[in-house]
Amino acid sequence: MTTTTPTAATPAATTGKPRSASPRLRSRKTHSVDKPRRNWLLTVLTAIVLLYALVPLAWLLISSTKTQPDLLSTFGFSFGESFALFENIANTLAYDDGIFLRWLANTLMYVVLGAGGATLLAILGGYGLAKFTFPGKRAIFAVVIGAVAVPGTALAVPQFLMFSQMGLTNTPWSVIIPSLISPFGLYLMWTFATQAVPTELMEAARMDGASEARTFAQVALPLLAPGTVTVLLFTTVATWNNYFLPLIMLKDPQWYPLTIGLNAWNAQASTVGGQAIFDLVITGSLLTIVPLIAAFLLLQRYWQSGLTAGSVKE
Amino acid sequence: MTQAVVPVSPAGQTTETTNPRRGDRAGKNRAPRSWRGWGFVGPFMLVFALVFIAPIAYSLYISVFRTQLVGGTQFVGLDNYIRAFQDPQFWDGVGRVSLFLVVQVPIMLGIAMLVALAIDSGRLYGKDFFRISVFMPYAVPAVVAALMWGFMYGPRFGLVGYINEFFGWSIPNPLGPQWILLAIGNIVTWSFVGYNMLIFYSSLRTIPVSLYEAAELDGAKQHHVIRHIKMPAIRGSIAVAMIFSIIGSFQLFNEPSILQKLAPNSITTYFTPNLYTYNLSFSGQQYNYAAAVAIIMGVFTMVIAYVVQLRGMRKDA
Repeated sequence: MTTTTPTAATPAATTGKPRSASPRLRSRKTHSVDKPRRNWLLTVLTAIVLLYALVPLAWLLISSTKTQPDLLSTFGFSFGESFALFENIANTLAYDDGIFLRWLANTLMYVVLGAGGATLLAILGGYGLAKFTFPGKRAIFAVVIGAVAVPGTALAVPQFLMFSQMGLTNTPWSVIIPSLISPFGLYLMWTFATQAVPTELMEAARMDGASEARTFAQVALPLLAPGTVTVLLFTTVATWNNYFLPLIMLKDPQWYPLTIGLNAWNAQASTVGGQAIFDLVITGSLLTIVPLIAAFLLLQRYWQSGLTAGSVKE
Repeated sequence: MTQAVVPVSPAGQTTETTNPRRGDRAGKNRAPRSWRGWGFVGPFMLVFALVFIAPIAYSLYISVFRTQLVGGTQFVGLDNYIRAFQDPQFWDGVGRVSLFLVVQVPIMLGIAMLVALAIDSGRLYGKDFFRISVFMPYAVPAVVAALMWGFMYGPRFGLVGYINEFFGWSIPNPLGPQWILLAIGNIVTWSFVGYNMLIFYSSLRTIPVSLYEAAELDGAKQHHVIRHIKMPAIRGSIAVAMIFSIIGSFQLFNEPSILQKLAPNSITTYFTPNLYTYNLSFSGQQYNYAAAVAIIMGVFTMVIAYVVQLRGMRKDA
């Protein structure tokens, strides 16, 4: 049992990864290709990057428990005189007649309509590109891939000029409509649909007399679910975190999403006569990221399988 | 395979060509060529035309005009482009994002690669915790990331002042003019290291275990496995990550735009080409010139992304 061949037991020769594989080679060794020996040194080295990722978030969490005087007078990673997290949250939500809640509602609207619509268009488009051959298909591929390389910010100024001539600036539409296109989402769904939907199954449905719409809705759509969750999460992040587009499109604070609102609160401190509300900026920042982090944690099984499929070569 | 434009693209290997390697799955049952596919692709392309193609066409159009208070709008040909190529402020921004690109992108992708390899090796204690934690900053909006780091850098209630006081060091102000680019590079690295790590990790996971088993039987060492199995297998995703990073560097805007409030003396109105375009448009009302600058930057980005893509493909073959 434990005395297998020496080469196979040394860490240098056990190369690999834990994943379910052919059971034949795995059976008898303690440390095999599938289950290599754990290594403390590597864990500690990688933990440096882990700390780098988490320390600023810890700072945000600690800072949101402090009052403004404590923020200015105590060290960033120590707690203040008083624990004011709930007070801060209440103040953030109440400030300026509850404008933060309005921004939150706006952000949710942009996400539901923008990211939801983008995901829907990406599913339809990705499925169409993966499973059909039609005139112009190659041109679409070239144009969409080319479009990925066009800086979104380079597009935003002409988009603004066009939308202002159409009278759409300073309305929610000016944020929602550009959010509807996610070339990356289309690309991901395309790759995913190629692998996830067997053409035989579509043929069988057609033989049974199902229309194309019905084949899509009842055969393809359930199979595309993991990819859909992935695309939905990434378009949600893109919309939730969008800054440049709403910055130029919106003038009226009533339509601001959270990102622009927070930035406006921060800018308030540097304007003459403006009230510095860093405690609210910090607590508001925390409230802005919590829903997304929760979504990523809860849905990780789905988006990770979707991403893996998206990166499959061949 | 045959005419894939992006290394990991599905084009040409789906239903268009009969690929011998997967002919039994996709090739044999390929759909007949018809217009039916447009029913699915149409909605995307319609909106795409409205928010991508039309604005590009429109900015090409306005970039050859000039609007003046006296004299109105007149056709000036390529004058705006010539002006951009002679504009030191434009080149200042281009130089800055290029420097950013050659320093920040390799560091970020290098760290991402090392973490991906470490997690994939299966030798970490608690690897799921590592994977999800390193990825977490991706979910933080650029606004929050920039504000958070800006506060930590800043003199008002920043950490740098405390550290200097406590250890007797004299770390310079990260928001000062000499260090601001580094400070921004750190914010961008923090935000995207996990995202790139996940791209690499996902593609490492697609390597079949049988390859590792064969390597083990041959007595290959870990570094051989990394060099000869893992790296070649993820070349495509390295190219993809590089293209996204190049685009990200050239359109650098959010972080400097937000930090400007905290460090007004360090970030000029032409700090990056995008900031310049923005300020030309919305402070200067010079839409025509701004369009020309945006087009030049778009072309730069596409050319460099295309070159990287070609190189990635050549190594791929």
